[in-house]
Amino acid sequence: MSKDVLVFCEQRDGKLQKVSLELLGEGRKLADSLNQKLVALLLGHETANMHQSLLNHGACEVIYVDAPILKDYMTEPYTKAMTAVLKEHDFDIVLIGATAIGRDLAPRVACRVRTGLTADCTQLEIDSETKNLLMTRPAFGGNILATIICPEHRPQMASIRPGVMIAREQEENTTGEITRFEVPFEAADQNVTILETVMASKKSADITEAKVLVSGGRGTGKENFATLGKLADLLGGQVSASRASVDAGYASKDRQVGQTGKTVRPKLYMACGISGAIQHLAGMEESELIIAINKTPSAPIFDVADVGIVGDMHKILPKLITKLERISINAS
Amino acid sequence: MKIIVCIKQVPNTNEVKIDPVKGTLIREGVPSIINPDDLSGIEAALQIKDQCKDVHIAVITMGPPQADVALREALAMGCDEAYLVSDRAFAGADTWATSATLAGTIKYLGYDLIITGRQAIDGDTAQVGPQIAEHLGIPNISYAEEIEVGEDHIVVKRQYEDRYQRIQAKLPALITALTELNQPRYMSVGGIVDAYEKKEVKTLTYADLDVFIDPANIGLKGSPTRVKKSFTKAPKGKGVVHQVSEDEAVEIIIEKLKEHYIV
Repeated sequence: MSKDVLVFCEQRDGKLQKVSLELLGEGRKLADSLNQKLVALLLGHETANMHQSLLNHGACEVIYVDAPILKDYMTEPYTKAMTAVLKEHDFDIVLIGATAIGRDLAPRVACRVRTGLTADCTQLEIDSETKNLLMTRPAFGGNILATIICPEHRPQMASIRPGVMIAREQEENTTGEITRFEVPFEAADQNVTILETVMASKKSADITEAKVLVSGGRGTGKENFATLGKLADLLGGQVSASRASVDAGYASKDRQVGQTGKTVRPKLYMACGISGAIQHLAGMEESELIIAINKTPSAPIFDVADVGIVGDMHKILPKLITKLERISINAS
Repeated sequence: MKIIVCIKQVPNTNEVKIDPVKGTLIREGVPSIINPDDLSGIEAALQIKDQCKDVHIAVITMGPPQADVALREALAMGCDEAYLVSDRAFAGADTWATSATLAGTIKYLGYDLIITGRQAIDGDTAQVGPQIAEHLGIPNISYAEEIEVGEDHIVVKRQYEDRYQRIQAKLPALITALTELNQPRYMSVGGIVDAYEKKEVKTLTYADLDVFIDPANIGLKGSPTRVKKSFTKAPKGKGVVHQVSEDEAVEIIIEKLKEHYIV
């Protein structure tokens, strides 16, 4: 019988990705409620330094495949390795981060093992009667949510949106089994060649890690993004942006919040000149505190804001900055 | 070279509204469009045809008869052939069964290069492209920002969150296209006339494709997943909206920031 929960733990350049820890947190909750084990799967080359961290973040067991061909992500070798592990173990549930890697790997693996896959989930739950996994995800650009089940095939596979699940507090020196799994790779498994890898410029910030985000929309204008930057610095945060302002060239794509950008849940999300299209709200409405400034009283951003200010950000923000500068001088 | 472009007709989700009383989607009056990533896929294929000799483009979609309009648009942009894969037997398919059906169609048509959009704006799964490649047993390169075509291979600039890679694959292969790939051309007037008068949209049913498709793999029956329910999000408790002077606004914001220990 199918049992246990597997989390595919993504690493890049020998570093575990944040989404992997989030999924271990969520996977452990699911495993506990099913009385099953949580197993972490790590694919890569020379990854021993990451094994303990996976146990510390909630895994009961680590299965790893180590081979030079797995050093950098390539679709076929990763699909082959993961499929081999799934065929050997017959898992009940398999979770993968919905990243540019996970959303390439998961569909191929699901297809190869002939099971269902639910994309980009934002909520997981166990049905108390059937013990099926209830996988909830946004559709129609975030306008509706759909709960998907995979009743007759195992494993039940889901890719999970980064930034939505919550990692556990890290414990220290947790013990657990660490198992090496051998996959017989052949030369033909490498059916693509990576000619070149270019990292995005260092300037790019990871907005999903920021505690405070000051976010600008179409109404902000290119020059005024500098004002947002100043405010963000004062609040110890980062600048993020709506799709409209990214499309207009005011901000880079890596700062985009929303359905086609990133999901964020900072302590403070300050929306300046953002009207709040449903696709944008989908990416930020879980923020702890939302303050919105917009000229239009009927702007949908006010439906999710804890504090809404109807007014001109170009006039309010400079005053706010002056005031905050005074506060920080007094404090120091 | 034979290029197959897979497209989907979708409701323009930017214009979908929620009925505030019933909490359901209002689809009435929402225009149908070619999915934006797929439109970039069509443009990518047309650019290859502009640059190389002997390129033949077939565009395919699986859907109801109304999807004819989307295929005519692709023909008017310059695609050579269009196929509507349509049969009651295909209805209710999830990504697994959809990709099995499209893969069967592609085998029937023959192919060197397949281009799909990354994801459709109604379902947002991004699964059908890679799964078609899996059914066909060929490599896929997702998230293409640039495509170069050689004699027997392609080189694709593949986007990740924190980097990009140039990846080379031998043909046949499948690429999933991003809207960043290009600016799709408009239909020409002559193209529109040709799309309706000279070119045709051929319909393919299960009976046409039965050699290439296992009946166990199609439609609702062939789909491992089921939609259990769909619903609209309960609105978050609305906060307070202030219409005050700028100085008062600053005071309110500072108070709130203090309350949350941000300053």
